[in-house]
Amino acid sequence: MFLIHCPYCGEHREEEEFHATGQAHLPRPLDPDSMTDEEWGHWLYYRKNTRGVHREMWVHAAGCRKFFNVARNTQTYEIYATYKSGETLDLPENPTVTETGSILNMAHGASDITKEQSS
Amino acid sequence: MNRFSGFGLIKQAFKHQEHWQRMWRNPTPKKHYDVIIVGGGGHGLATAYYLAKLHDKINVAVIEKGWIGGGNTGRNTTIVRSNYLWDEAAHLYEHAMKLWEGLSQDLNYNVMFSQRGVMNLGHNLQDMRDIQRRVNANRLNGIDGEVLDAKQCQEIVPIMDCSGSTRYPIMGASWQPRAGVARHDAVAWGYARGADSYGVDIIQQTEVTDIVVEDGAAVGVMTAQHGMIKADRIGCVAAGNSGVLAGYAGFELPIESHPLQAYVSEPIKPILDTVVMSNAVHGYMSQSDKGDLVIGAGIDGYVGYGQRGSFPVIEHTMQAIIELFPVVSRVHMNRQWGGIVDTTPDACPIISKTPVENLFFNCGWGTGGFKATPGSGHVFADMLATGEPNTLSQAFNYWRFQDGSLIDEHGAAGVAH
Repeated sequence: MFLIHCPYCGEHREEEEFHATGQAHLPRPLDPDSMTDEEWGHWLYYRKNTRGVHREMWVHAAGCRKFFNVARNTQTYEIYATYKSGETLDLPENPTVTETGSILNMAHGASDITKEQSS
Repeated sequence: MNRFSGFGLIKQAFKHQEHWQRMWRNPTPKKHYDVIIVGGGGHGLATAYYLAKLHDKINVAVIEKGWIGGGNTGRNTTIVRSNYLWDEAAHLYEHAMKLWEGLSQDLNYNVMFSQRGVMNLGHNLQDMRDIQRRVNANRLNGIDGEVLDAKQCQEIVPIMDCSGSTRYPIMGASWQPRAGVARHDAVAWGYARGADSYGVDIIQQTEVTDIVVEDGAAVGVMTAQHGMIKADRIGCVAAGNSGVLAGYAGFELPIESHPLQAYVSEPIKPILDTVVMSNAVHGYMSQSDKGDLVIGAGIDGYVGYGQRGSFPVIEHTMQAIIELFPVVSRVHMNRQWGGIVDTTPDACPIISKTPVENLFFNCGWGTGGFKATPGSGHVFADMLATGEPNTLSQAFNYWRFQDGSLIDEHGAAGVAH
């Protein structure tokens, strides 16, 4: 179970209130008329499938219903930080969990897994 | 290879079962192969088997980073069916179904294929219309299928709550009698043994760390344990890690990897002799020969490589199963695990040439790859032998996401998502 910090509500809430909606920072094409089929295909269907630090968009579906961005590790499931839509966030090469991030509860043994991989 | 038979079993019994031949060798890789298959799951091993058997390609290696069948082949809920809506998908899965029907004899290995039928439930009028449409489409494609009403469902599965007083009442179902289950480990082992008997090298504990591309053509793979291994053609069958391999070769795949989990209960007496799936309440269940209930459900909504599923999905799945089968409410779950599924935007696989010459991909099977194992291997072997797709695989090409010819099986075929 993720504990996700909603940057609008300002609280950590359980995963069940949220819904993942896919990769973050995907701007709509500026000049759609001049795009080739290949470019359209890429914009519509190709997503980063990162194993590691991933940026994704979540919606606080059972809360304020606002969309926001999450920087999360898709392997260790650590959430490094959350930030509002429209904002950007630079992360260091080996990011650590910030105030707006969270580590999974112990039931999933997330901290053990992190240890395993760093050793 | 020693053939297995009843007589052999009796003979070995007199030798205290101590002289069984090893099922496959543990070879040191050669410097060069005609074909390298990256990924030793069911699909990869089936590909190697059919390459060697039907196309006389015996200088073949299967490279697996862990042990064979240790990925999604051993992590699924073993359901086999072919009741897909669209012609392209229906033909491919039905091709697999026909191979399943003779697979144990073909491999001389009991894959425990049991055609106990699969029921896809409908819970509202639109579900029933979709079911009717799909069953009609199946029958036009020569695939068996029937539409059942709630009473007929109750006759087949007496323990199911068909009373109509539930939150999502069961109105009927589609029923494919030829569908069923197979023992997933046996499928991997049977194909591995078969491929090995034709001389295919199965190289385990060897991770591919790069795909070597020269002048736009793939020439070999780099491995952590054995260095560079050259090949004329390379086929990647790596499920959830396909995107990583494509990255090595310098292109992208329209694939996202999600965890999909399954559960097994404590063994109980036989109560369910078929497979029941429901998309609306979102769960499916069958009972294994050992007696444990095998339960599955949906994927986690986010990208993940953790090989474990999330807690909310466990909760939703159990709610769904208890809604359908109140009788199992006090059964304990013994085990839970997750596999990483490679989902495509249209829920259909990619069996295709790629922008890199001599490099082929067979991936994107998403939540339903196990049922297609023999068919997938069969058509991919054909592609690796000839270098071109055949009539069954050409619709599943990589370029359909650019020209728009998607095969939209999402939900349409009773695919559990």
